[in-house]
Amino acid sequence: MLTEEEKKEVEEELRKNERKKAAAVEALKVVQRHRGWVSQDDIDELSEALDMTPDELDAVATFYSLIFRKPVGRHVILICDSVSCWIMEYERMLQHLTSRLGIRPGETTSDGRFTLLPVACLGACDRAPAMMVGETLYTDLAPEKIDEILDKYK
Amino acid sequence: MDKPLTGAMRSDGQALSLKEYEDAGGYSALRKALKGMTPHEVLEEVKKSNLRGRGGAGFPTGLKWSFMPMGADVARPKYLVCNADEMEPGTFKDRLLLEGNPHLLLEGMVLSGFALDADIAYIFLRWEYRVAAERLERAIEEAYQSNYLGKNILGSGYSLDMRLHVSAGRYICGEETALLNALEGKRAVPRSKPPHPQVSGLWGKPTVVNNAETYCNVPHIIGNGADWYKGLSRTDEGGTKLYGVSGRVKRPGAWELPMGTTMRELLEEHGGGMRDGYKFRGALPGGASTDFILEEHLDVRMDFESMQKTGSRMGTGTMIVLDDKTCPVGMVLNLQTFFARESCGWCTPCREGLPWIVKMLDAIERGEGGMEDLEILQQQTRLLGPGNTFCALAPGAMEPLQSALKYFKADFEKHIRERRCPYKGGV
Repeated sequence: MLTEEEKKEVEEELRKNERKKAAAVEALKVVQRHRGWVSQDDIDELSEALDMTPDELDAVATFYSLIFRKPVGRHVILICDSVSCWIMEYERMLQHLTSRLGIRPGETTSDGRFTLLPVACLGACDRAPAMMVGETLYTDLAPEKIDEILDKYK
Repeated sequence: MDKPLTGAMRSDGQALSLKEYEDAGGYSALRKALKGMTPHEVLEEVKKSNLRGRGGAGFPTGLKWSFMPMGADVARPKYLVCNADEMEPGTFKDRLLLEGNPHLLLEGMVLSGFALDADIAYIFLRWEYRVAAERLERAIEEAYQSNYLGKNILGSGYSLDMRLHVSAGRYICGEETALLNALEGKRAVPRSKPPHPQVSGLWGKPTVVNNAETYCNVPHIIGNGADWYKGLSRTDEGGTKLYGVSGRVKRPGAWELPMGTTMRELLEEHGGGMRDGYKFRGALPGGASTDFILEEHLDVRMDFESMQKTGSRMGTGTMIVLDDKTCPVGMVLNLQTFFARESCGWCTPCREGLPWIVKMLDAIERGEGGMEDLEILQQQTRLLGPGNTFCALAPGAMEPLQSALKYFKADFEKHIRERRCPYKGGV
């Protein structure tokens, strides 16, 4: 069940859009902001508000790489694996992350702290390699710098 | 040198406030147009300026606009959309504009909306641009408060509403018809063309989609005139361009320079040349979907027309440099892996062909490829090329592959002959 607060935020998105369906991505993001991910129950409940079938909404949700249909950790790391970062030693950064966190891309640490995901070019190619943690962009990465960044997230 | 796009920006990375923008002459072009010009005159001025779309394809903006149905009896509402879904690998130019001067984009959009008699405007922004999202949201609010947006803008009788749509990943959303499907709350797969968006776009209504950098040029064209704008350029294509360089150069970055600046000037004067210990081998001149160029092409001017001489394209104008210590096969594998992942899966050549290409390149890179693979890869560049797919994603993916097979053939063969990647130490 969506909370009153979530319902209010979804209604606000419905109000801002010309047609209900157009608010689909925003509505999914409302739920994800509160719960970290979007469950089947959430899809069922949201689809009603959006005037879509649950399958229709799920097709939209699963299309987007940043809508999570499985639980994620408290902090999501998005590491850029596109070409400029790749040239600037993305693979060494990924290796450092996977060995430090003990997970591969697509996985969550056992303590639920981090989920590691690849992401398309972050548009920070002049400061490569780059990654995001939550909503913050980090650039000019190096293994030691990654350690300092991760320490900030509990 | 005049820098209409970035000249007024602050040096501390903060956005220009509304007041700072107005003090630098901001919104004066809009006042000028609303008071003394007809929509048709604004359109004609943009046509005369030779402005070409900055999203990568370089379609003449005025010509694109001229296909928008005008008059009292056309379907309404009419839409104006800004493509700010910047996700082409190696491209980081729109971010600069969105974060540094959001009101410039807004003024450009209102002017364009006026020229096209649009009723509703959308900015389609990728989720990852968090700073830009916050600044655009604030700028839209300020613009409404100052009546640069909303009903009866500055008493002119023209009205325009504007909304920010923040997406949730997927490169294909930047394809203009996929973007429209995304705005409608559908899976962002491309639509077949025709009909073009001007005739049947968002919700089946007349729609014009332009890149963010394109819109940012419009206030200066209207404010200073098409002749002034053309004078900024070193070639027939008007204005300035946001160029960029990334890879192993001394000073990677993006700069606003006259349209038609050569690749060599970009690389050597602005990018500072190659880092010590590295040599230039080639580059993708305008993002991941462009053919490689070589050292011998560096004196060509970077504009849409001149770049054809190189067999490549200007694309987004942001160059990705390949150095002599980076494996070209590995680089092409990285590019194809990206395109395979980002394929929307709608049409068969792209959905099935790209993963096959990735598999073959991966085998070659690991030293498990055969010489016959090179011929098959060559065939794929035709099968996934223009004319066989719904949109430009797969044909774009074939550009770096076909040119790599041509220019770096010896590298591919060495991988196959030596059964390893010669760029990886040890073994």
